[in-house]
Amino acid sequence: MLKQLSNLDGISGREDLVRSHLLECLKDTPHEITVDSMGNLLVKKGKTISEQLMLSAHMDEVGLTITAIDKKGMLKFCPVGGIDTRILPGLRVRFGADRMPGVIGVKPIHLQKKNEQQKPFDPETLYIDAGFSSEEEACRWANVGDYVAFDVDCISIGTDCYRGKAFDNRAGCMILLKLLLEDNKLNFCAAFTVQEEVGTRGALIAAYNLKPHFALVVETTAAADTPDNEKKVAGTVLGAGPAISIMDRSIMVSPQARGNLVALAEKQSLPFQFRRFTGAGTEGGAIAHSGEGVETAVVSVPCRYIHSPNSIISMWDINNTLNLARAWLEKHQ
Amino acid sequence: MKKMAIDDTLKKLTEAYGPSGEEEEVRLLIKEMIGSSADNLYEDRTGNLYAIKNGGSGRVMVSAHMDEIGIIIIDVDKQGFLRLAPLGGISPHLLVGQRLRFKDGSTGTVYHEKLNSWKELDWPKLYLDIGLKGCAPDDCPVKIGDLACLDQPLVKQHNGRLMAKAMDDRAGCAVLIEVIKRLSGDLPHEVCFLFSVQEELGLRGAKTAAYRYDPDYGLAVDVTLVGDTPESPTMAVSLGKGPAVKVRDSSLFCHPQVRKLIIDLADENSIPYQLEVLTRGGTDAGAIHVTREGVPSGAISIPCRYVHSPSEIIDGKDLEMTVLLVEKLVQSCWPQIGGSSLQ
Repeated sequence: MLKQLSNLDGISGREDLVRSHLLECLKDTPHEITVDSMGNLLVKKGKTISEQLMLSAHMDEVGLTITAIDKKGMLKFCPVGGIDTRILPGLRVRFGADRMPGVIGVKPIHLQKKNEQQKPFDPETLYIDAGFSSEEEACRWANVGDYVAFDVDCISIGTDCYRGKAFDNRAGCMILLKLLLEDNKLNFCAAFTVQEEVGTRGALIAAYNLKPHFALVVETTAAADTPDNEKKVAGTVLGAGPAISIMDRSIMVSPQARGNLVALAEKQSLPFQFRRFTGAGTEGGAIAHSGEGVETAVVSVPCRYIHSPNSIISMWDINNTLNLARAWLEKHQ
Repeated sequence: MKKMAIDDTLKKLTEAYGPSGEEEEVRLLIKEMIGSSADNLYEDRTGNLYAIKNGGSGRVMVSAHMDEIGIIIIDVDKQGFLRLAPLGGISPHLLVGQRLRFKDGSTGTVYHEKLNSWKELDWPKLYLDIGLKGCAPDDCPVKIGDLACLDQPLVKQHNGRLMAKAMDDRAGCAVLIEVIKRLSGDLPHEVCFLFSVQEELGLRGAKTAAYRYDPDYGLAVDVTLVGDTPESPTMAVSLGKGPAVKVRDSSLFCHPQVRKLIIDLADENSIPYQLEVLTRGGTDAGAIHVTREGVPSGAISIPCRYVHSPSEIIDGKDLEMTVLLVEKLVQSCWPQIGGSSLQ
């Protein structure tokens, strides 16, 4: 399921493929399904309860978009969402509706001057080479505004991990989907949202529509357990279970909402850790500050090399995040 | 009951514990201070406190925020040293050697690891020492996610100047409380005095409160920066020259008619005022004015030196004049703005 979901290309603003896949998966369920004007997929499971619950996970991923096509048929681009442009040179990408292959062009080491070798490539000079020989030829296949995704396929590595793109936040989508498909008696609304990576825009609209009393955001967060990180202020660790947020740039999780999750995890002997990093934003803020205010908690699956084409995530973490989300739903029924 | 002078109100308020997200102590204090002076007093689920004064048609929301800047604990190590992250716009440099206080009264000092240069000073280099002799995470009195605020008393300086932590925005809270106490009889409009939460994290409390109360007009009472100290950035606001009538900041452009109303009232009542153009920073009115279909809003600021430091300084006369101006404002008819069809 994770392989299927993460292999789909769904850059912020163009989540169609992810949405249609989810719709296909849900077609035999009795759930009430709507797609709102922004493209959020809202799925209501079970009966209406007095204190409506909202689970949210965003469908979109970071990527690039084509901004210009030059005379030689090379494609200029800009990032969509938070991408470290220093990791781009040499990467394989695919773009447009036909998922045309290309590569992010880079001057070979033979041709670089010594001072060029000593610093990262200037993002302004990067381009996509898709094998076109002229502007005219390129224009037949590529359009300004086409979305560009990393061209990688998800594979299983190690004993429990997966390597691929877009785990942020197809891992969250997978958890919501499982809760919608499995045999349970839970009543809740699942929001598969759009445009999180460009400013949690979909969740804002979804929360106004659903008007929940309680919300849980299921996210993916940066794992900081790599050798160069200072342990003292490290974020999260792979394989240590779901990361419960204290605060991020968008939300100060109320001690009650956070405490509920911790108590649930302890009661059911589920592993958990705190997301000790307080920067970066999630949909939590957009939901918590909608309407008259919504008690919102955030739980995330740790993910190494997040926002890169080769992220690493643990299925054990995903399953335990699923268990914690299920426990949260059960508590609020 | 003996009437408390505003200085004493301010002393209690500024010395209370209330970093963004944990405003409870301040809220309880304010509820007690308002007592029966408001016609209605209630809270919402995010912790905002609403004090209503009855009046004619139309609703005015006047907001001051209860929260203050602070820190959040992100790690406790085996030796019992605590690591911090900022809560709101607080500089790591201002924290070195400062005392911080937790909700339970635990107090510590902030210090730094070895530095080769002051330029290296940043959050990862700072730690907080609250006197622990090493502890297991489970029985540590301070947990990850706990908040702390600065620990400084209010001090009266020369010339009626007052120095304290959290003048931003307990000074605004003190103004609102004093106005509520002075008002008697019905007002031309219903007025909601809002004591909001989480302003320092992005005007969050005022956003949901304005949605709930659905006001016709908005006003924030907050502190603002000044340009009257050595080599300070250019800003035409000084301490002691009266309340500042906001023109703009990063969060809003004040409605010209609301601004005119404030200025006209100041002139009529011989209240000194200054005009404030703040290039950085925001206030609750920023959230209120974009609520629902839009709420014409303005802001009155108390000039304050060293905002977001342990020693914020205001002038007592400015505070008194701000009370007077806000009192006049809520006793006035606000102008009809929009809503009428063009002939």
